[in-house]
Amino acid sequence: MSELGKYRPLTYFQLMEISLRELLVEKGVVSEPQIEATVEDMRSRGPERGARVVARAWTDPGYKRRLLADGTAACEELGLDVPALRLIVMQNTPEVHNVIVCTLCSCYPRMLLGLPPDWYKSRNYRSRVVREPRAVLAEFGTVIPDRVAIRVHDSTADMRYMVLPMRPAGTEGWNEERLAALVTRDSMIGVALPKAP
Amino acid sequence: MALEARFRPGDRVRVMKAYPLGHVRTPYYIRGHTGVVERLCGAFANPEELAQMRSGLPARPLYRVRFLQTEVWPDYRGRPDDAVEIEIFQHWLEKA
Amino acid sequence: MGGLPAGPVEPSEHDYADWERRVDALMVLLSGIKGAHKLLTVDELRKNIEALGPEAYDRMSYYERWVASITQTMLQRGVITTEELARKMREVEERGA
Repeated sequence: MSELGKYRPLTYFQLMEISLRELLVEKGVVSEPQIEATVEDMRSRGPERGARVVARAWTDPGYKRRLLADGTAACEELGLDVPALRLIVMQNTPEVHNVIVCTLCSCYPRMLLGLPPDWYKSRNYRSRVVREPRAVLAEFGTVIPDRVAIRVHDSTADMRYMVLPMRPAGTEGWNEERLAALVTRDSMIGVALPKAP
Repeated sequence: MALEARFRPGDRVRVMKAYPLGHVRTPYYIRGHTGVVERLCGAFANPEELAQMRSGLPARPLYRVRFLQTEVWPDYRGRPDDAVEIEIFQHWLEKA
Repeated sequence: MGGLPAGPVEPSEHDYADWERRVDALMVLLSGIKGAHKLLTVDELRKNIEALGPEAYDRMSYYERWVASITQTMLQRGVITTEELARKMREVEERGA
């Protein structure tokens, strides 16, 4: 029967989601169109938005200064809507490498970069990156040399963080679009470096 | 009207070593440790109170504080200037 | 949980299921981030996740913890009652959604 392949019993929590949603809609607290619109809105937010910010900072020193002074305003300057986001951008330098975590839950600049990856929310990442960042980064294939200091930023309260990676060598004269393609989500979290040209 | 900021960037501060019940945004691992104020982030409603369905007002100062990893973890492997930076509310901080 | 011993970080990610995205959307809507009427704070949500206990991390996935927390918060806020939830869950289960 063609229906057989489609049957999947609901888990307890899927049942709870449906029930909660229907109750809230019945009570006029939210509407289905609102929920759908919000789902679509979150889908539209992804790392490519952060990559645009990074590429602009790499090519425009004035923008970079503004970005480091007020991350939220700088995002808005590029037309990126970031409701309720208080963004602090941490700059990687030849002396300092930055990495972001939320040990208490999984705070992430989602209104800029979209939903975080599972590993960022995992117990293992949140427990270990604050204590042994070099070892954790090595598990991602990122080796930070001994001459570079590491700063771990634990977003415990109202601020959210993004790493401004260093511009890769060999990209002189590149336009923003080409540069943005080198900027990965993981390089803006700090567990990786941007792609090589 | 927010509470007045008692600390400034560069001040040495110690995180209170207390383990109250309730919702707290000061991580266990940093309680009792001493660091340096990196910046004042602004004043925000107290999350401990917001979690209990209260307003959390008046807003209170929130600081970013930098701690040296070698001082936080006895077995830390890395550079002596590696750091962890954490946002901490004023009422968890005392002058060190 | 910062600093507690833990295993290697598996660079896993999954494409979020529709129901997970809807839980996320409810969180965004109910906390007033997108300008809708604010019915709860993320602080209450976090507190209720913490109240699930440490085993919740082993037994429940990320969005399972969130849907439990949102539901608990709505109960605490009096937006829904346990009886309403029980009846609705029975109804949904019986019709097979």
